[in-house]
Amino acid sequence: MTENILPRPKMRSGDALLRSASFGYIGLLIILPITVMIVRSLQGGLTALWADITLPQALFSLRLTIVTAFIMVLINIVTGTATAWVLVRYSFPGKQVMDALIDLPFAMPTIVAGIMLVALYGPRSVIGSFLQGHNIEVMFNTPGIILALLFVTFPFVVRAVQPVLIELDQDMEEAAKTLGASSATIFFRIVLPSLMPSILTGAALSFSRALGEFGSIIMVAGNIPFRTQVASVYIYGEIESYNPQGALGLSVVLLFFSFAILLLLNFIQYWNRRHEN
Amino acid sequence: MTIAVRNIAKYFGSFCAVDNVSFNVEKGELVALLGPSGSGKSTILRIIAGLETPDRGEVFITGRNVTELTAQQRKVGFVFQHYALFKHMTVEKNIAFGLEIQKRPRQEIAAKVSELINLVRLQGYEKHYPSQLSGGQRQRVALARTLATEPAVLLLDEPFGALDMKVRQNLAAWLKELHDKLHITSVFVTHDQSEAIEISDKIVIINRGRVEQMGDAHDVYEHPGSKFVASFIGQVNVIDASILDNRIMIKDTRHSIDNISDIPNGNDIVLLIRPEDITLEEKSGERCLPCVIKQIHYRGSFYELDLDIGGFIIKALENKNSFKREQWKQNQQAFMHVKHYKVFETEEGHNIIREQLRQLGYIE
Amino acid sequence: MKTNNPGRLLLIMLVVGWFAVLIMLPVYGIVQETVKSGLSLVVSSLNTPHARHAFLLTFWITIAAVIINTVFGIIIALVLVKQKFRGKLLIEGLLDLPFAVSPIVTGFMFIILFGPNGLIGSWFEGQGIKIIYALPGMIIATLFVTLPFVAREVMPVLREAGLEQEEAAYVLGASPWQAFWRVTLPSVKWGLIYGVTLTVARSIGEFGAVIVVSGNIINRTQTATLHIHQEFTDFNYAAAYSAALLLAILSFTLLITMQTLNRRTNES
Repeated sequence: MTENILPRPKMRSGDALLRSASFGYIGLLIILPITVMIVRSLQGGLTALWADITLPQALFSLRLTIVTAFIMVLINIVTGTATAWVLVRYSFPGKQVMDALIDLPFAMPTIVAGIMLVALYGPRSVIGSFLQGHNIEVMFNTPGIILALLFVTFPFVVRAVQPVLIELDQDMEEAAKTLGASSATIFFRIVLPSLMPSILTGAALSFSRALGEFGSIIMVAGNIPFRTQVASVYIYGEIESYNPQGALGLSVVLLFFSFAILLLLNFIQYWNRRHEN
Repeated sequence: MTIAVRNIAKYFGSFCAVDNVSFNVEKGELVALLGPSGSGKSTILRIIAGLETPDRGEVFITGRNVTELTAQQRKVGFVFQHYALFKHMTVEKNIAFGLEIQKRPRQEIAAKVSELINLVRLQGYEKHYPSQLSGGQRQRVALARTLATEPAVLLLDEPFGALDMKVRQNLAAWLKELHDKLHITSVFVTHDQSEAIEISDKIVIINRGRVEQMGDAHDVYEHPGSKFVASFIGQVNVIDASILDNRIMIKDTRHSIDNISDIPNGNDIVLLIRPEDITLEEKSGERCLPCVIKQIHYRGSFYELDLDIGGFIIKALENKNSFKREQWKQNQQAFMHVKHYKVFETEEGHNIIREQLRQLGYIE
Repeated sequence: MKTNNPGRLLLIMLVVGWFAVLIMLPVYGIVQETVKSGLSLVVSSLNTPHARHAFLLTFWITIAAVIINTVFGIIIALVLVKQKFRGKLLIEGLLDLPFAVSPIVTGFMFIILFGPNGLIGSWFEGQGIKIIYALPGMIIATLFVTLPFVAREVMPVLREAGLEQEEAAYVLGASPWQAFWRVTLPSVKWGLIYGVTLTVARSIGEFGAVIVVSGNIINRTQTATLHIHQEFTDFNYAAAYSAALLLAILSFTLLITMQTLNRRTNES
């Protein structure tokens, strides 16, 4: 009966104003540009868009982007988890400093990260000339791209796993111990499954970042078609040479990946909550 | 005997958590380690399990010196306060874990798991995850998981500490029943004296890392060996008194409670009187103190009385059936008859015991 | 716990070694390269009109991004935490998009929208206002990439603070405006400052989105990061390294600020 007596709560004018302001801002800055770009890409028809994406040079850059990002993610999963483990479970001199410096790649402009790597591994440096002497090319080559990606994405897995590891119920490990499980069994059957969602979150975030990375890659890898040209650099090249049509194809592909990864992240979060109380 | 603990000590930094503790657990016994939080009782249990290494002393399980063995090698069953179930495994998988580690044949594991599920009355929950179970159910899964590997001894660390009162009592009674059926040598840690009295064969009282007293429930309740034990086991009134002319005089009053001869005149003492040892009388008599009834609380099966003796409030418990409620009014003058009391001399510091009692919430 | 476990020691050494080589060695590399150039060259290369203009431009863009995104970030956080409406989860998801989109794609989107032939850009062009290849476009691109920071940092603090304090203020006779300034805002202070710090760091460092929308015109639309890129491609290594080191020191200071703030928020 009460619903007949009480009027529906009315929205206060201040609330309405705030809501329109935030919707308007997000609409103008995020929704509108993305929509316009997608509409623009479809104007020439799907076949034309597909033709743009499957141009040999575009396809090569896309493949290079995905392959390097994938290798980086594999390395990051191992090193990031190990780093988080060491920072949470062990104590050693300088731990606090290292913990604080983990975020350095997030604070550093990507172009500065690129310059740093060039300064260290470039042909003019000690290490660079040594490597060149042994015919190992890091700069302006695939290893350089992976190195740059590893640098800029280093904190993702560490910072995703660390809090989960801190909160992880150590009783579970002790329980497994009293049931006779070895350290390796405890790690792979008890600890790792509990860390999996956070490792995947960190991996997805670094993969997403790597697909779009530009500043550090252009410094260390340059812009050599069919060799070091990644997707973002390809798009940049097309824009610079006044060929926006050519840039649209890969832009839409990258945008699609961004959406897909955001969805994946939400799914991981949902999956993660499944076993929590 | 199945478990023997010999002179173990454990330091955390400079803090001595366990100080030269020794006790035995006979085969098939259910022993309670009882003490307030921070008394070191959990540390002792974890040392027996091999989850902590003692700085001194030895642990024997079924006659074997296991002091140098890891937790994996000791083959003891351990049940944790917060269950420590593997969150990402179903009930079934949790119970099977220890057997899988031992690489038992598949059929044997399946048979054992279903047997244990029946034992802990969780039929129908095989495929559930721990997050889908209640606290009591989770602790039963944890117990089944521990029993699966048929350990020689069962160690339980505050097994019901995280549960509601009601569930806690049910589960404690059920554990007692289970123990009577399986006769597995068990040690459990608790800070709840009623739980210890209810289900254990023997109680080891731990305080400040030391064993204060050992014995069956009746022993420790009726013949407490120290003020700590007396005050920790059950509710108790703590009253400051002194000896004058061979009489026990209550501090700050002119009332005397009894004659005494074995303590010199002028000494300060502490009187411990259990609330159930006090009855309310209309007339004075032997071991009677004049008092004023401050409050009468109805507590269901009994009445709880607040009695004022010259500024002190003394708690008394009266059985519902023998207490004549209509006879008494608030602020009425009366006499409290003390059936039984315990005297402790105070020179070894009754401030310490008062402080402990305060922490335990027995006095304010 | 045994402390001198050889496996443990090895793992610590591997992790610290990896971190040192991957992250710290490059930092050492740029410091060493800059030092090699000599102090006078460093100072003179940072004191050219181009360099001064570029750093100043970065400064103004950062100021603009911080002010606008702080205001809208707080509004968005308030709306998403305190109001109930359908599609809230979708809006929250959209809010994360700027983190996921490539900076180059970001820049490109704004060229399509605000360029001379774009949906909105053509109208402004008619009014004689240039957005792309000019300051407004660079600010818009920076706004996009830094939009989530303030909102995302304020939201959890706001959620934790709950409604009670504000309601208490209302009962005591405060107007919504007074309640906001005197109760809500102080309670989210640390989250807000953290979000602003992140915004500053990202605004200073943004490169991809800005290079696309700016047209990279020396002395007009070149920010500090673009200037570094320019000097590097012109083989002026000393100038590129000096400017990069300056930005690195700035970022390092911001990082330390963030860490301190983080500890602050965790404590309160």
